[in-house]
Amino acid sequence: MKRVYPDKEYCIGCHLCELACITAHSASKDLIIAYRDERAASGLSPCKRVFEKGDTCVAISCRHCDEPSCVAACISGGLHKDPETGRTVYDRDKCVGCWSCLMACPYGAIRRHPIENKIVKCDLCEGRAEGPACVQACPNAALKYEER
Amino acid sequence: MKYVIIGNGIASIGAIEGIRKVDAASEILVIGAEDSPAYGRPLISYLLAGKIGPDRLALRPAEFYEKSNVTLKLGTTVTAIDTEAKTVTTDAGETIGYENLLIATGGIPFTPPIPGADGPDVYNFTNLAHAQTLISKAREIKRAVVIGGGLIGLKAGESLFDRGVEVTILELSPRILSLAFDENAASLAGGRLAEVGLAVRCGVSAKEIQRDSAGNLKGVHLTDGDFLQTDVVVIAIGVVPNYGLAKESGLEVDRGIKVDDHMRASAPGVFAAGDVAQARDLLYGDDRVIPIWTNAYNQGFCAGKNMAGADVRFLGSLAMNSISFYGLPTISVGMVNPPEDDASYEVTAVLDEKKKSYRKLVFQDDHLVGYVLVGDIDMAGMYTAFVKFQMPIPEEARRQLVAGEPDVLMWPDDFFQETWNPGTPE
Ligand SMILES: Cc1cc2nc3c(=O)[nH]c(=O)nc-3n(C[C@H](O)[C@H](O)[C@H](O)COP(=O)(O)OP(=O)(O)OC[C@H]3O[C@@H](n4cnc5c(N)ncnc54)[C@H](O)[C@@H]3O)c2cc1C
Ligand code: SF4
Ligand code: SF4
Repeated sequence: MKRVYPDKEYCIGCHLCELACITAHSASKDLIIAYRDERAASGLSPCKRVFEKGDTCVAISCRHCDEPSCVAACISGGLHKDPETGRTVYDRDKCVGCWSCLMACPYGAIRRHPIENKIVKCDLCEGRAEGPACVQACPNAALKYEER
Repeated sequence: MKYVIIGNGIASIGAIEGIRKVDAASEILVIGAEDSPAYGRPLISYLLAGKIGPDRLALRPAEFYEKSNVTLKLGTTVTAIDTEAKTVTTDAGETIGYENLLIATGGIPFTPPIPGADGPDVYNFTNLAHAQTLISKAREIKRAVVIGGGLIGLKAGESLFDRGVEVTILELSPRILSLAFDENAASLAGGRLAEVGLAVRCGVSAKEIQRDSAGNLKGVHLTDGDFLQTDVVVIAIGVVPNYGLAKESGLEVDRGIKVDDHMRASAPGVFAAGDVAQARDLLYGDDRVIPIWTNAYNQGFCAGKNMAGADVRFLGSLAMNSISFYGLPTISVGMVNPPEDDASYEVTAVLDEKKKSYRKLVFQDDHLVGYVLVGDIDMAGMYTAFVKFQMPIPEEARRQLVAGEPDVLMWPDDFFQETWNPGTPE
């Protein structure tokens, strides 16, 4: 399956991937509205995390692991592996906000939703024709979406 | 039958998914004593609290079993295993042959002998039927006493409280969640419960359950001489491995069913997983029963693959708990209370009582072996990585961890690369 691979040699730590992520997952699909209004009103937050250490940066998100720890930990059936696409799929309606997945995922790929008892996790921009928005937005091609 | 699984909990689901990774076709038979398809056992507290309806209990979509070519025999209990003839016998009188058998019978509530416990209105809280009973009971009662201040007891108490019942939780040890927590974490969590109005009494337990001459429940005499009036008692001290069936069939049993590093029990073609199994512990290296959800799934998954002919070693169980107390989240992983007289351990702790936040890290030599977070839990997974992957932690990285800023750039470079950006195909 295709996954998003971050390259720390190229990442410049600009956080544009995060902005693209919230825009893609917003109701308005508009960066300004998403950033200024939707973040505060509906708790819109990015699925990416950007880490920096000196000059080195990297933007990470869910790896869609073959054998994910989050699925093993989920008590509600809110996370499962889609056998057809290989994605680790989150079912928001089933989730009870127990944070077991957040604890179990050793890749730090799961966030708490700031308002609701739900999680925020990368869905590889499911349904978006151009593929993951973060990859498209990265100005230095530090994120690659490909089969490896 | 190629694969037979006894029990229909999460270990069973793990096994089905494990088998299907290796063998896409051969038929699987699951025999489960409970009536429903696998449900989220921890969800029974959400159900009792009224936070979710019964429609949200199922762990996998309705078509899961059919798609996975699994035959379900529910409401059926296995009464005997013949490891020589390779058959199991059910309470319906059926005898079924197996090539590979998984025993995933979970745990049963531990009930110490308390005088007066036999009789009406004393309950356990480990399965859906218990939750349903307590839901109907909650409508007509005013008070409940929960015996046990571990995970299940606290969950039972909280849920009854949410149903409008006045609840007192009794915990024999000096603090709640004594296994997963230390004093600081326990006092923050206990404080939150007290704020809400849930009474937790530590250092006491039930000495006797008082009944009137007609046998009706009246109350509980405590070990400190107090008496609590109550309408129901919930005994929720914990679970013990449900290994009776395995023991009777001659399988080796210690605290749980003994399994090797492939989850194999002591007879050919027989495996065990979940709360019933005594399997390798990741940190300690010895075999233990660690009755938690994730382990049950992982053990089932590993057993399933091996049942289907793969050769996969079980990496080891890792104790981990994530529990929230009315909006106050807590997470504990690995070793949280190291032996005080062992100098190879170093503990760092940062407590902010005002913010209700706490972070405790337990290092052994240059490794992180456990942690507790209360309040600010968002980086939990990043700490879990250090425990789980047993990465050595240089001095500078250790300072960063202690400051509460773990990240992936602290990982050894080749491990980072392999994980996040493995070789591009040429
Ligand atoms: C209220 C509550 C809350 C919990 N919360 C958490 C939590 O937040 N996090 C966590 O990690 N863990 C939690 N746990 C523990 C967790 O639920 C268990 O670790 C897990 O369910 C173990 O799974 P299992 O498949 O091994 O066994 P079980 O879930 O116990 O399933 C075993 C099944 O086998 C069936 N069975 C037994 N004997 C037979 C037989 N002879 N024939 C046929 N069927 C049989 C049983 O009826 C049962 O359905 C909680 C437990 C309870 C009770
Ligand atoms: S959330 Fe974590 S464990 Fe789950 S698939 Fe993503 S990276 Fe893997
Ligand atoms: S927070 Fe939601 S998705 Fe995560 S383990 Fe709990 S129920 Fe599952």
